[in-house]
Amino acid sequence: MYVYDEYDQKIVDERVAQFRDQTRRYLDGQITEQEFLPLRLQNGLYVQRLAPMLRVAVPYGLLNSRQLRKVAQLSRDYDKGYVHISTRQNIQFNWPQLAEVPDLLAELASVEMHAIQTSGNCIRNTTTDQFAGVAVDELEDPRPWCEIIRQWSTLHPEFAFLPRKFKIAVCGSEEDRAAIYAHDIGLELVRNEAGSTGFKVMVGGGLGRTPVIGAEICPFLETQHLLTYLEAILRVYNQHGRRDNKYKARIKILVKAMGVEAFRAAVEREWAPIKDGASTLTDAEIERARSFFTSPDYRELDARAAAAALAEKTSADPIFANWVTRNTVEHRVAGYRIVNISLKATGFAPGDISDAQLELLADLADRYSFGEVRSTHQQNLVLADVEQETLYELWQVLQKAGLATANIGYLTDMICCPGGDFCSLANAKSIPVAEAIQARFNDMDYVYDLGPLELNISGCMNACGHHHIGHIGVLGVDKKGQEFYQVSLGGSQGKDASIGKILGPSFKQDDMPDVLEKLLSTFVDLRQEDEAFIDTYRRVGIDPFKERVYA
Amino acid sequence: MPRLIKNGAIVEDHGPEVLDLEQWLEREDRGNRAVVLEPGESLAPLLEHIDEIPLVLVNFPTFMDGRGFSYARELRERGYKGELRAVGHFIRDQLTYLSRCGFDAFQFEDETELEAALPSLADFSEYYQASINQPQPLFRRRDA
Repeated sequence: MYVYDEYDQKIVDERVAQFRDQTRRYLDGQITEQEFLPLRLQNGLYVQRLAPMLRVAVPYGLLNSRQLRKVAQLSRDYDKGYVHISTRQNIQFNWPQLAEVPDLLAELASVEMHAIQTSGNCIRNTTTDQFAGVAVDELEDPRPWCEIIRQWSTLHPEFAFLPRKFKIAVCGSEEDRAAIYAHDIGLELVRNEAGSTGFKVMVGGGLGRTPVIGAEICPFLETQHLLTYLEAILRVYNQHGRRDNKYKARIKILVKAMGVEAFRAAVEREWAPIKDGASTLTDAEIERARSFFTSPDYRELDARAAAAALAEKTSADPIFANWVTRNTVEHRVAGYRIVNISLKATGFAPGDISDAQLELLADLADRYSFGEVRSTHQQNLVLADVEQETLYELWQVLQKAGLATANIGYLTDMICCPGGDFCSLANAKSIPVAEAIQARFNDMDYVYDLGPLELNISGCMNACGHHHIGHIGVLGVDKKGQEFYQVSLGGSQGKDASIGKILGPSFKQDDMPDVLEKLLSTFVDLRQEDEAFIDTYRRVGIDPFKERVYA
Repeated sequence: MPRLIKNGAIVEDHGPEVLDLEQWLEREDRGNRAVVLEPGESLAPLLEHIDEIPLVLVNFPTFMDGRGFSYARELRERGYKGELRAVGHFIRDQLTYLSRCGFDAFQFEDETELEAALPSLADFSEYYQASINQPQPLFRRRDA
């Protein structure tokens, strides 16, 4: 994991001091509401329905146990004892007091954390695969590149007042677990014929009001040119992105308006004078970044013995066996497993975690997983390096703490934004819909039988719940002051990314579990053998679902 | 005489007459004239006279319009050495970003704010990126 040196620490400390002064001036009436808005947003602070919401950056989803304990303590001292994991792998506090936020940020800085650029019209937290470095299908670890991008984008002087927010994601594996086609810039590590790695660059993807799948503008970018090329894209966007209408201000609209060819040409023009300039990455810097993400001290384990020991436990305890099947993933190192911690237990808001659970996970991370935890854009947590032999004792502890819900990748592991209960942008509540669906589908055998299924719920157009790329998407809409829910089908977030198609007229909140039930029974009737929902949908189209639901 | 921040100090402006881009383009002697750029205008014609122009102003109609940051950086990167002045509605909390992009003069709408604004130029003492006042990115300086 990346460790701050004196420079990193100084930059974060100076940012805290700057925001402390800005907050003081705002509270003294020296800064207008309108002027304070982007300043607080770029420090992660929204003013919400009931209180401010503070979004803390978790760079590409990596946390150590010390940071988890600090977050737990802060959630007690400044908040109500729980936090929320967002779809940008960040951590959100829901109830801090504005006047106390500078203190909270100073405490975060003491454990190498910050809230810089987690909101506002600037470059946001770079996200990646939650299994980076441990996935079996990985070409190259994306995290060193994420860290290089984090440093470049942090307090970039030219790009702090962009037309709109800007999100970058990096993927280094076969399967895309970072939704790179749904980002303003998506970077995929690829290998060319000569065997060297570079980036395939996608631009103009995004969700929100106008969902678009990103278009490739560079098939192979040599790694040393990463920053100058990003800089060129951002310059084209900063100069030409629309600023007259915030709903048309994302880079995807510019790319559509110019056409991909013309956009690429404009980027090349901006790139030419800065290519090979001072921001060209040096081998030393690439090596420095990589040096923070080397393998931890794995034990040399006998894979066969470990598998046998695990098999003994799983045959003795079917509940444990089920959890291993559903929530753990193959690790690239023999004898280890990746463990998903579901934050989607029935009766709890998706992605929420309490202070006690955070502290417990910190302890478990220290004991079983080299002291590190990852957050995922599906709003779960991951212990990435667990010895198979210790899975059983780990699971027993997780179960007691309500952290062993065995539903990763299934219907009830839904993505859900905080919605109208917390967020002032929302048109509708999202958490009660999620809870009603979880309550209805509490028969896990049925849920497992449905196979992998992504249900994504957003409380408004801004699409924090990624509804467009859910196999089933739910969007809260406002109809003359009443909350309704629009359903879409067929979205997907992988390399075969697609935008869901709207089913038809929207539904009342109370009807949503029934609607889901009809959709799922249609799927069960039509599926061939063990076909996944998305595959059945792609084969039969939307009509059979429509007929059943609106019959 | 307007007062402004220039090279880190508060001064009175005795600068030349300032033309808008249209007026400037009509002048035969434009190379020696000061010009103000508005967001959306092309700075290409300025590049032809980059060694002569004494003063370029970049207007911020609102502080949220970040196009001026890119103008400044591009002018400096192309070798502009004259005075580069931010005018209009920018705010003191943007001073570090503005100066890093190459602005060396700041003419606020409200001149009474200058003394209070001055310290904001030094909000940060270290940066990651290459910029006009620090042409080497941090990663090239870390081990130096």
